[in-house]
Amino acid sequence: MKKIRNIAGKALPLGFSDVDTDQIAPSDAMKFSKRTNMAGYLFKDWREDPDFVMNRPEYKDAIILLAGENFGCGSSREHAPWALLDYGFRAVIAPSFGDIFKNNCSKVGLVTIELEDPIVKQMIAIAEANPQTEFAIDIAEKTITCEGFQWHFHMDQFTQYKLLHGLNEIEITLLEQEAIQRYEAKRPSFLPRII
Amino acid sequence: MSQPKTLFDKVWEKHVVTSSDNLDLLYVDFHLMHEVTSPHAFRALREMGIKVRRPDLTIATMDHQVPTSYLNEPVRDPVAAEQMETLMANSKDFGVKVYPWGSEDQGIIHVIAPEKGIIQPGMVVVCGDSHTSTHGAFGALAFGIGISEVAHVLATQTIRQRKPKKMAVTLTGKRPKGVTGKDLILYILQIIGTDGGVGHVIEYRGDVIKELSMEERMTICNMTIEGGARAGMIAPDETTFEYLKDKPFAPKGEEWEKAVEEWKQLHTDEGAVFDKEVVVDVTDIKPFVTWGTTPAQAVSIDSMVPVPRDPNEERALEYMGLAPGMPMKEVKIDAVFIGSCTNSRLEDLRAAADVVKGRKVKEGVKAIVVPGSMKVKREAEEEGLADIFVNAGFEWRASGCSLCVGMNEDVLEAGQRCASTSNRNFEGRQGKGARTHLVSPAVAAASAIMGKLADPAEMAKEVAR
Ligand code: SF4
Repeated sequence: MKKIRNIAGKALPLGFSDVDTDQIAPSDAMKFSKRTNMAGYLFKDWREDPDFVMNRPEYKDAIILLAGENFGCGSSREHAPWALLDYGFRAVIAPSFGDIFKNNCSKVGLVTIELEDPIVKQMIAIAEANPQTEFAIDIAEKTITCEGFQWHFHMDQFTQYKLLHGLNEIEITLLEQEAIQRYEAKRPSFLPRII
Repeated sequence: MSQPKTLFDKVWEKHVVTSSDNLDLLYVDFHLMHEVTSPHAFRALREMGIKVRRPDLTIATMDHQVPTSYLNEPVRDPVAAEQMETLMANSKDFGVKVYPWGSEDQGIIHVIAPEKGIIQPGMVVVCGDSHTSTHGAFGALAFGIGISEVAHVLATQTIRQRKPKKMAVTLTGKRPKGVTGKDLILYILQIIGTDGGVGHVIEYRGDVIKELSMEERMTICNMTIEGGARAGMIAPDETTFEYLKDKPFAPKGEEWEKAVEEWKQLHTDEGAVFDKEVVVDVTDIKPFVTWGTTPAQAVSIDSMVPVPRDPNEERALEYMGLAPGMPMKEVKIDAVFIGSCTNSRLEDLRAAADVVKGRKVKEGVKAIVVPGSMKVKREAEEEGLADIFVNAGFEWRASGCSLCVGMNEDVLEAGQRCASTSNRNFEGRQGKGARTHLVSPAVAAASAIMGKLADPAEMAKEVAR
């Protein structure tokens, strides 16, 4: 994974609450054994509506998604963060997230930030008023800045460390191989094994 | 004396390799895989140039997409064929044991692992599939994981987790005759709701649980995930040991004695505290059936379609094409599915065959039996169960997930209504627009005969053998 310290760019004001992973990446996206580019599946059904905010040219190159409560609820499909990443999003800001979705995002390098509802609403208002507004996220400082405003957010140490060092979880755990070996040495001998 | 612990605490603590920032790195005793969630994980390993750490603690099978209406022919669906071939290639490259479609050991992953004796008390078991919770029936901690986590387990044999909370569901009273494990879990889900277990691991307790067979315990733990919980667990006892003894992967001789001694410690200590407790009296319940589009939207088979209490329930009734006040036993069905990792073991097929014996499937009803594994299929054929089903007009299939998920060619048409022994009645689960009623194997069998949802206890009067 790439190291991520700063993300700066335009934001797409989506807003809706309870957007489930079936909407983010419909089940047709799950048929592939290969990791195909899933940008085309992102919000596939909603994009059929020409008025859907993602279809508006002024938000075309947005890299931050501003969403409503409980974003990413529903099934555990990792295809949802993939579709967002493939489309070009680097971060999602929302008042709350679906548990597994948030967990999956942290594994594939899509930044999720939780902020109180009024703050997200304020950001949405800013992005709606002027789509060109640049939002700057600083992972090390845990801040978001735009137009003279600055907000602080919370992020657990483990996730922050992963992002800043560009490590995926497998790489981090491989650093603990000795502890794993020690554990393995004392597992009971009666446990099942395939031989 | 040390602080009293729950069963879950004991299993969790035994598996912590390291911990930091409230995250524990847990050792995984066994990793189960299937063809749908594995390809991306193997690809991730390949990209990183990493091997599978413990191929000896990993098995794979094909279940989600395999055809069940034919064997030993080329697979007709190209997408399924591709995923099946990919799993073969990955298993070969990474040295992982696979039980492929067409082999005598193949079956639904959650059916074959226990029947081989791979699942034992106190283990941590994971699989890229939410119904991994099935294996909690053995007093193991078993839960579903995402694709990145599958890769993580392959690479490190560990998984990083925040410890969930603890919940107890205690079943009291006396289980009435004719009420099965499936009815109990539908009843429990209807009480706790689809989110009653969120963030928790549930331990099922009480005398009623102690009297259940391993198969019924698996059914209950299997559907625990439908209540939002991470996993379900049942303390191991004589029934568990009896089931495991002499299974191919169970310990033998002295190792067996040693194992049983350890397993006997795996129970919740007197005075241990749960974060949440629910007590359910089962004395007066009947077989349970679902009327809506979540497993918690269930009622006694004696009752009527309920009056919707909110827009969600209204929407569910509309999708199901049902009107409030209609007796559940008047609901006509077009199809019956006996199968899935919830209810496709030999005991389930016996219960269904017992009802079917000497009777005929109602004209116009499509009824299929899909055994949970090829082993179950063989045994059912030897016992004569297959003949009972076939003579009654059921289709007798090879093993796979089939109509539980509608990823192979077994799908229903829009508007068709099915009495199904599976675990999810979500919109479109058995085919776009198809309507699913979750039921026990005996109720499914009775419904096939009657052409409508039926209570097997009342069959004798209405349909002569
Ligand atoms: S039988 Fe159904 S629930 Fe079980 S593993 Fe297969 S698809 Fe999943």
